[in-house]
Amino acid sequence: MSTATPSRTAPDSGTAIKEKPAPLFGIMAEFDSPAAIMDAAHKVHAAGYKWWDTHTPFPVHGLDKAMGIKPTILPMLVFFLGLNGFLMGWALQLFTNSFSFELWALVPVQGYDFVVSGKPDISGPAFIPVIFELTILFSAVGCVFLMLLMNRLPQWYHPVFKSERFARATDDRFFVVIESRDPQFQKDRTESFLRSLNPMSVESLED
Amino acid sequence: MSTIVIDNTFEDPTRRAPLVLNHDNFGSVTREICWVNESPKPPKAWYVTMGISLMLAGLLGTMILYLFATGVGVWGNQNPVMWGFPIVNFVFWVGIGHAGTLISAILFLFRQKWRTAINRFAEAMTIFAVICAATFPGIHVGRVWVVYWLFPIPNQMDMWPQFRSPLLWDVFAVNTYFTVSLLFWYVGLIPDLATLRDRANNKFKAIAYGIFSLGWRGSTRHWHRYERAYLLLAALATPLVLSVHSVVSFDFAVSQLPGWHTTIFPPYFVAGAIFGGFAMVVTLAVPARQLWGLKNFITMRHLENMNKIILLTGTIVGYAYTMEFFIAWYSGAEYEGFAFINRATGQHWWAYLIMFSCNVFAPQLFWFKRFRTSIPVMFFVVNCVNVGMWFERFVIVLSLEMDFLPSSWAYFKPTWVDLATLLGSFGLFMTLFLLFIRYLPVIAIAEIKAVMPQADPHAHHHHEHHHEPRAEVTASNEGEEATS
Repeated sequence: MSTATPSRTAPDSGTAIKEKPAPLFGIMAEFDSPAAIMDAAHKVHAAGYKWWDTHTPFPVHGLDKAMGIKPTILPMLVFFLGLNGFLMGWALQLFTNSFSFELWALVPVQGYDFVVSGKPDISGPAFIPVIFELTILFSAVGCVFLMLLMNRLPQWYHPVFKSERFARATDDRFFVVIESRDPQFQKDRTESFLRSLNPMSVESLED
Repeated sequence: MSTIVIDNTFEDPTRRAPLVLNHDNFGSVTREICWVNESPKPPKAWYVTMGISLMLAGLLGTMILYLFATGVGVWGNQNPVMWGFPIVNFVFWVGIGHAGTLISAILFLFRQKWRTAINRFAEAMTIFAVICAATFPGIHVGRVWVVYWLFPIPNQMDMWPQFRSPLLWDVFAVNTYFTVSLLFWYVGLIPDLATLRDRANNKFKAIAYGIFSLGWRGSTRHWHRYERAYLLLAALATPLVLSVHSVVSFDFAVSQLPGWHTTIFPPYFVAGAIFGGFAMVVTLAVPARQLWGLKNFITMRHLENMNKIILLTGTIVGYAYTMEFFIAWYSGAEYEGFAFINRATGQHWWAYLIMFSCNVFAPQLFWFKRFRTSIPVMFFVVNCVNVGMWFERFVIVLSLEMDFLPSSWAYFKPTWVDLATLLGSFGLFMTLFLLFIRYLPVIAIAEIKAVMPQADPHAHHHHEHHHEPRAEVTASNEGEEATS
């Protein structure tokens, strides 16, 4: 399948690439296996493109390295969020249970010095479970929302969705998209470069 | 689609057992899993179980309304058994949920790839079980209109919850658990919702799945952060799940009551929760794979693995039951000893017997491969466990029956409202579960593709050039082994 002859794909891509006034978003090449996309990713990266991406139905092991993607700083950010939850846990319990301290938030709120079961005002051990849970809660919620934020999701519109072929990016096809904003992008050269990677099809994407 | 079923329960360390049977390309995997959602009509059994579940869920609603209108006196709770069915049901349901997190988080950290076939619906089960669990303390507070007192919300009375109480720890633990489980589940669902969106055959489906898939387009730059986030969530959910049931056990263990005030409670509760939860996963998986033809994904090997975990955790639970008795005797504490003798031979001896035989004896069948891989036997055993784990909590809670003051000793009897509420909670659980099966991808499509041998980006070359010789080598190795 990966050795699909260019003659089979040529008529399709020929019609897709005809001149249109709509600005060009980029050029997309379709592959049919993890090995093929891996090979293509290595070559596109080696060719020095910057604004490009691959789309796969599942995370292909090692593809991010092949593309030269730097490790995300997400874990670092999540650590600080967890730390924040830890401090919030302490602050919440000390304020509400240990001191009658008055705080002006949107409304005045008053702490309360709970004396219960003969435990000290600052009952560290008794506060541990809530501190722990809040640490986890802040880290996990932050982790998910930061991941989405850094991925710029939700993004319900994207030029790739205009392609009918792209519907299989969540099924069994693998795509390389080189964007027109890449400094190296030249429509004809980039297209023939993508064709040299032996794809199943090549298609232009309108913005 | 071929229907050849390969036995993948073999134990041959030289060969990796296939996790997906009868599929050699990704497209057919997508089609087969999506068929659960895309078939024009679900199987008849779905309608039947949905009908029954809806009726039972309605019963739950009615019982809750009746309770609100009348008061907690409609239950069998009484002095000294102030906590009757509501806490039993709460602990039972929250425990069920733990298997889902174990599968999705702990097995993920241990790189147990077989989890991918069952993690999605085990996680769904977690969420629905926690919903059922949270219902019980929620309706047990008596004055439900002030249920917000559970949370530290600034109010005109300058009144705060008491953070030195395990009951409040529970509020935080269960809420965190629910939130994190929901996020974990949703993050896993995003790529699969995108698959359903791209395959949608009408506008409504495309929009509905489209909104919730957030415009996922499988970008590797996204996958990179996504996988990292998923790993972090697994690493966070693992200590969380252990803490949640430990905190649930603190509800008992932090009190000063004989039979409850023991240090074995947290690990024993966690093992019991995983035990009961896995039993529920198998209970649901066996009919689901049958009805929707998912036997190529939820294979016999998956069921066998789960049965092994049930055997392990069941044995841990059995150890805990025994050790509790030993310590009660060894401690020399008179009241502790009485509480345990009373559990086993007192007025609720039959509950103790059900608990012990269902939880400790029944799973011992799983020592034998023949029983581990037999659908009728495993279905029988896991249902024993479901019953046994409910009775375990019943037995623990009923330690209250005979407290320090003999004049207040009584025999706890549940009322019909207690029983109907318990039954109704199963209705709520099953309703949510059946809706999930029909409308959301029941198996993690993206994840299961990644565990297929075809997903290895380096396998391709071997496939083209070296496939034949390698196959021969494997065959000859097998031959040697067979002869030696």
